[in-house]
Amino acid sequence: MSDIQLVDAPAGVEGAGFFATSLDKAIGIARSNSLWPLPFATSCCGIEFMATMASHYDLSRFGAERLSFSPRQADLLMVMGTISKKMAPVLRQVYLQMAEPRWVIAVGACASSGGIFDTYSVLQGIDEVIPVDVYVPGCPPRPEAIIDGFMNIQELVKTETLRRRSEPKYQALLAKYGIQ
Amino acid sequence: MAKIPNEQLIKAIADKFDTQVTVVGEPYELLTVETGREQIIDLLTFLKTDAELKFAFLTDITAIHYPEQEKQIGVIYHLHSLTTNTRIRIKVFLTDGDVHIPSATVLWDGANWMERETYDFFGVIFDGHPDLRRILNVDDMTAFPMRKEFPLEDPNRVDKKDFYFGR
Repeated sequence: MSDIQLVDAPAGVEGAGFFATSLDKAIGIARSNSLWPLPFATSCCGIEFMATMASHYDLSRFGAERLSFSPRQADLLMVMGTISKKMAPVLRQVYLQMAEPRWVIAVGACASSGGIFDTYSVLQGIDEVIPVDVYVPGCPPRPEAIIDGFMNIQELVKTETLRRRSEPKYQALLAKYGIQ
Repeated sequence: MAKIPNEQLIKAIADKFDTQVTVVGEPYELLTVETGREQIIDLLTFLKTDAELKFAFLTDITAIHYPEQEKQIGVIYHLHSLTTNTRIRIKVFLTDGDVHIPSATVLWDGANWMERETYDFFGVIFDGHPDLRRILNVDDMTAFPMRKEFPLEDPNRVDKKDFYFGR
C-alpha cells in the first residue's frame, strides 16, 4: 500500500455521484495550492530562501512552483532581508502593483523588526509601510521555518472569504497604510 | 619614483603658503596638515599641479565631528600621488553655525559624489557644488546622522520602550 496521505475534502454535502461544497472553500483550496510567490530578497534570508527553493527542501511541493519576479499575477510577497529606508518606497510600490488577492510574509528578524540594525538607515520592520500576514522568526530562519510560514499563509488563504478585499476589516487595515 | 620625504613636502608647502598651512603631525608617517577654507582650493591646486609633487589622485573627502571643540566640523581631504606613491592628509575645521567650504569639483570631477556624501552625513555645505543634495540617505531626512548629536538608535522604534518590559 502506498503511504501517501490525501488531504480531506472540505465540509460539504455528499451523496451518490455528487459532492457539493461552497464556492469559498473550493476557491480557497485552489488558491492555497497554487500560490505564486514574489521573492523580494535583499540579504542572508534570501540565501536561505534559495535553499528552500532548491531540491532538498523544495518549496514547489506546495504548489509554489512558479516564482514570479514581477508583481504581475503574483499572490504572495515574500520579503527576505534588511530593508533600508531608501528601499521602503520601492517595496511599497511592488506591493501596490500586485493585484488582489495578495498576501505578505516577512522572513527573518530584519524584515520583521529591523533586526540588529537599529539605525537611522534601516526600516524597523516592513509593517511600517505595508501590511504583513505572517512573520517568520530567525536570523536567518532555517528553510523549515520559511516552509512553516508558507504553510501558515496557505491556511489563511484556505479559510479566508472569497473577497477579503471587500471586508471592512481589511479595508480599514489598508486605509491605515494609506492604500486606497 | 621614490616616495617624497615628509620634510621635503613640508618645505614645498611652507615655501608657497608660509603660515597659512600648519603641520598637525605625521601619524604612521602620513603627513597631516591643517589650513583654512580661504586657502584650501589654492593648496589643493598647488598639490595637484606642482611638477614635483603631482598629487593627482583625490582619494577621499570626508568629515569629522568633535562636539567639544570650538570649531566642531572638520573636513578631511586625502590625496595620493600616483607617480611617487606619496600620500597626504589635509584638514579644514569649521564652526558649527557656518559650515561653508568651497567645492573641490573645480579640480576633480570625482569630488562630486564625495562632497554629496559629506553633505549628506555631516551637513557641510560645499559652495559651488553643481548638485549638492543627499546621496545615500532618504531625501526627506532632516538631520545629519554622522554628527555626534544624532541619536544612535532609531527614534521611531517602539518595541524597546520601557513599558513593554514592566519598567
